[in-house]
Amino acid sequence: MIISVASGKGGTGKTTIAVNLALSLENVQLLDCDVEEPNAHFFIEPVIEKTEKSCILIPEIDEFKCNYCGKCREVCEYNALLAIKTGEKTGTIMIFPNLCHGCGACSYFCPEKAIKEVRKEIGVVESGYKDNLSFVQGTLNIGEAMSPPLIRDVKRNIYLKRTVIIDAPPGTSCPVITAVKDSDYCILVTEPTPFGLNDLELAVQVLEKLKTPHGVVINKADLGDDNVEKYCKGKHIPILMKIPFDREMALLYSKGIPLVKEKKEYIQKFRDMFGEILSRLK
Amino acid sequence: MTLKQVVVISGKGGTGKTVVTGALAALAKNKIMVDCDVDAADLHLLLQPVIKESHEFKSGKTAVIDKKLCTECGKCISACRFNAIKPDFVVESFSCEGCSFCTRICPAEAIRMQENIAGEWFVSDTRYGTLVHAKLGIAEENSGKLVAKIRQVAKEQATAQKADYIIIDGPPGIGCPVISSLTGVDLAVIVTEPTLSGLHDAQRVIETASHFKVAVMLVVNKYDLNSEMTLNIEVFCKEQGIPLIGRIPFDKEIVNSMVAGKTIIEYVKGKTKEELVSIWEQIKQ
Repeated sequence: MIISVASGKGGTGKTTIAVNLALSLENVQLLDCDVEEPNAHFFIEPVIEKTEKSCILIPEIDEFKCNYCGKCREVCEYNALLAIKTGEKTGTIMIFPNLCHGCGACSYFCPEKAIKEVRKEIGVVESGYKDNLSFVQGTLNIGEAMSPPLIRDVKRNIYLKRTVIIDAPPGTSCPVITAVKDSDYCILVTEPTPFGLNDLELAVQVLEKLKTPHGVVINKADLGDDNVEKYCKGKHIPILMKIPFDREMALLYSKGIPLVKEKKEYIQKFRDMFGEILSRLK
Repeated sequence: MTLKQVVVISGKGGTGKTVVTGALAALAKNKIMVDCDVDAADLHLLLQPVIKESHEFKSGKTAVIDKKLCTECGKCISACRFNAIKPDFVVESFSCEGCSFCTRICPAEAIRMQENIAGEWFVSDTRYGTLVHAKLGIAEENSGKLVAKIRQVAKEQATAQKADYIIIDGPPGIGCPVISSLTGVDLAVIVTEPTLSGLHDAQRVIETASHFKVAVMLVVNKYDLNSEMTLNIEVFCKEQGIPLIGRIPFDKEIVNSMVAGKTIIEYVKGKTKEELVSIWEQIKQ
């Protein structure tokens, strides 16, 4: 089964929950899909066995075959190609790789078969392990705008004979949806502040649209107010765990030390949470 | 003076971007504000805008299959790179990237492209001046384009009002909405926290800013939660020649100010407030 950990608002504790849940269970595969800012590796310190480039396909023009007819520009919805015909067999053609989504329409529809698709690297996918934990992460190259293709590449490594835990990026748009989609359950991590609640409500709407069952973990539960709890009760969303703010825990986090390594009582809490998720999925 | 655009970003989420932006909104004179975290906008919770204008944001397309015309030949399914067409010939709208390949390849002309309403954007009044903000539709894409749109509106507003500053609350990460928030600004203020993740993510967002040739300054929030790590960040800034313009302590009053819907400047007293005042003084220069 696949459990993803998401949040809407950033910095609420997604990585903390994903990492500590992974370390509290047996036979787990942890995927860090927050490819813009992957952080789970700080806590896991995995041995990386395999590094693969993640690429999207972008067009390359064979200028000997191209007659600048402009069909490619016409079929490209992203304005990633520009073709200007200046004469019978002359003209200019330009490609804007950052706008290309790699849909493949230009090469398919080119009447001269002058377009071939070539690979452009957008990031790397690394996989490895730590003790019995299997680990995969993606890292987006600096300056790249589109993370979903890389997230899809990370998820191609999913191994369903293990319990798969996905650390998702913050927000509510395409990267989150790509990461969370196809999960059996999603844990939403929030904090009890107006910011936390506002972004939780957005994240819940995303999960309702994806039809993914979900529950909430309230982090720094003793700060702020009780409106997150009221909201969850009103929506019948289960509160899976509450973690109080604790300077010692904040310090462990800052050093990259997993909570369950130093505070063993949390192992059982994470196992109980997993048990509750399983019973809710029956 | 010429118009200056200042964006607050962080790489890592939850480091305090919006709280810092709110404070800058309270301190800066003759400015307008923009919330570019269109995925999960929060600045309105501090500024309580009264909406003056709202507009639909149309962007991108989604394929729709007409079941009556569809012969279930399967050409669309093999053409789609985004796995958006399911075996029962229904388009999963949140997977569709609007490339129109399926429409063009369908021999039965059973697929049409429908224009998306990807969100809404607003021009509002607040107690600190004009706020331009937006709401991305649930599970919509093109957040980068929505960011570009509201920044363009903000610039028009700022020019009309002869404003000196545009203060931008940015999104987390380093991808498309961040790049859209960064391009063409005069300064990026990076808010980080003294954790391994905070420093690592700040480094990635600093590299992103340099990639787009934007000057950066750094603020460490909750600096006293790990003073040793704060020291590492200070060393990093010295080595890179990045001005470290503030250290904000961990202060529960900041959480309370958020609950009260107020900026730090209005609500929090003492060191925390003084630090924010000093941060703004350094940005101004």
